Amino acid sequence: MNDRLFMQQSRIVITGLGLTSPNGNTLEEYRKNLLDGVAGVQLMDIRYMGEQPAGVCDFDTKKYQTRKELRVGTRAGSIAIYCAREAIANSGIDFEAYDKSRIGVYVGTTEHGNVETENEVYNISKFEYDTRFWTHHHNPRTVANNPAGEITINMGITGPHYTIGAACAAGNAGLVQAVQMLRLGEVDIALAGGVSESIQTFGIFAGFKSQGALATHEDVSKASRPFDKNRNGIVVSEGGAIYTLERLEDAEARGAKIIAEIIGYRINSDASDYVLPNPERQAECMRAALANAGIEASEVDIVNTHATSTPQGDIQEIKAIAEVFGDCPTTYINNTKSFIGHAMGAAGALELAGNLPSFQDNIIHPTINVDELDPECAMPNLVINEPRKVDAVKVILNNSFGMLGINSALIVRKFEA
Amino acid sequence: MTENEVKQIVIDIINEIAPDEDTSDLKSEVALRDQMDLDSMDFLDIVMELRKQHGIEVPEADYPELASLDSCANYLTPKFNEK
Repeated sequence: MNDRLFMQQSRIVITGLGLTSPNGNTLEEYRKNLLDGVAGVQLMDIRYMGEQPAGVCDFDTKKYQTRKELRVGTRAGSIAIYCAREAIANSGIDFEAYDKSRIGVYVGTTEHGNVETENEVYNISKFEYDTRFWTHHHNPRTVANNPAGEITINMGITGPHYTIGAACAAGNAGLVQAVQMLRLGEVDIALAGGVSESIQTFGIFAGFKSQGALATHEDVSKASRPFDKNRNGIVVSEGGAIYTLERLEDAEARGAKIIAEIIGYRINSDASDYVLPNPERQAECMRAALANAGIEASEVDIVNTHATSTPQGDIQEIKAIAEVFGDCPTTYINNTKSFIGHAMGAAGALELAGNLPSFQDNIIHPTINVDELDPECAMPNLVINEPRKVDAVKVILNNSFGMLGINSALIVRKFEA
Repeated sequence: MTENEVKQIVIDIINEIAPDEDTSDLKSEVALRDQMDLDSMDFLDIVMELRKQHGIEVPEADYPELASLDSCANYLTPKFNEK
């Protein structure tokens, strides 16, 4: 068997991760807040709309970028760089000595370019819409590969880079792309995950509001409340999570600390509606991911839901989960958006990260802000408001769904050689 | 407006667009590019800020006039005084 065929069978492992979330800029801080019930949602002034609940990150932007890079680049790029640098540092790779042409960068995004375009339209509105005042930075800021490309410029990576546009399934989709490229032997290290700068665009907020899907609550930390009877919509958030991924044989050869193994995935399409989810396709997606991983539904310990706190979407996802996991007494269901809002393109990758420490502590973080459980979202093993300690957590299934009917399920297992 | 005032305007713009650079000891007669890490995009930013902040238009053919603080002052001072 030649090397390339051999790689197609390779097990793919996570050997590092970096993140910024509205409630933490390291995995330790983020995890602590998830176990302590600390949400990260605040009020933010949104152009033309006034104050809205939003998830805002406060990582140190100057840790890895000069002030000029911050001025020229985008917020998505800055989040991506911070997370990627942290992911490499966390992996223990001797990055300076590493062959940068063998590193690939695959960053999931829900959208890109709205922020920068809105800013420029606003800017020229101050100059009577004279396009001579439109910045020459517009195109490099708005090209779809921008956040991934900024990582490569900042880190000197010369392997492939691009973004994966997959609506709110993008965080998982970035990781899936990395698994595939590692198995094809295209790269030896992948930096992959998802980022979101969406709180900077009023259009996303206004669009959800017009759709009747933007969260409000007098206590802003309770605005994102999946499965609560009185939930009323999404809290838009920024954030990012980038992972260092390698083939197992490479990771073992360099004596890497292995965080987890990606054992299966599936991405499918509803083929039914622009916005409304489709529980039948979601269930198919989860079943196909289980088949891809070669495991039974009952072997999954945690299903991290996508649920975004919309009245319809949460019910649909619970319906799909009940169909697949209804007979699995040791499969627990939780949700991370109740803490951090909906981090859009980062959501899948960031929510997975918040659950990975369960492999060590065997604690399942809850979904918070459930004052009155919606009977239509009730499932026996929904972990509500308080963390749940279990005997062992070995397998996590991470759901992420998005508009235009894109579904993704990623399955990660505690590493055992 | 004096040439020194125009030089200060240019330095203020550079401080905005290249905030990591030290502009405290720039030599007037030496090309800005030889003293700082400025690229062609930065010069486009200087042109944009002259337009936005001061209503000064620098046609593309005249970009070389922005090479040093001295040449900036020579070229821009009459434009400021014509306003």
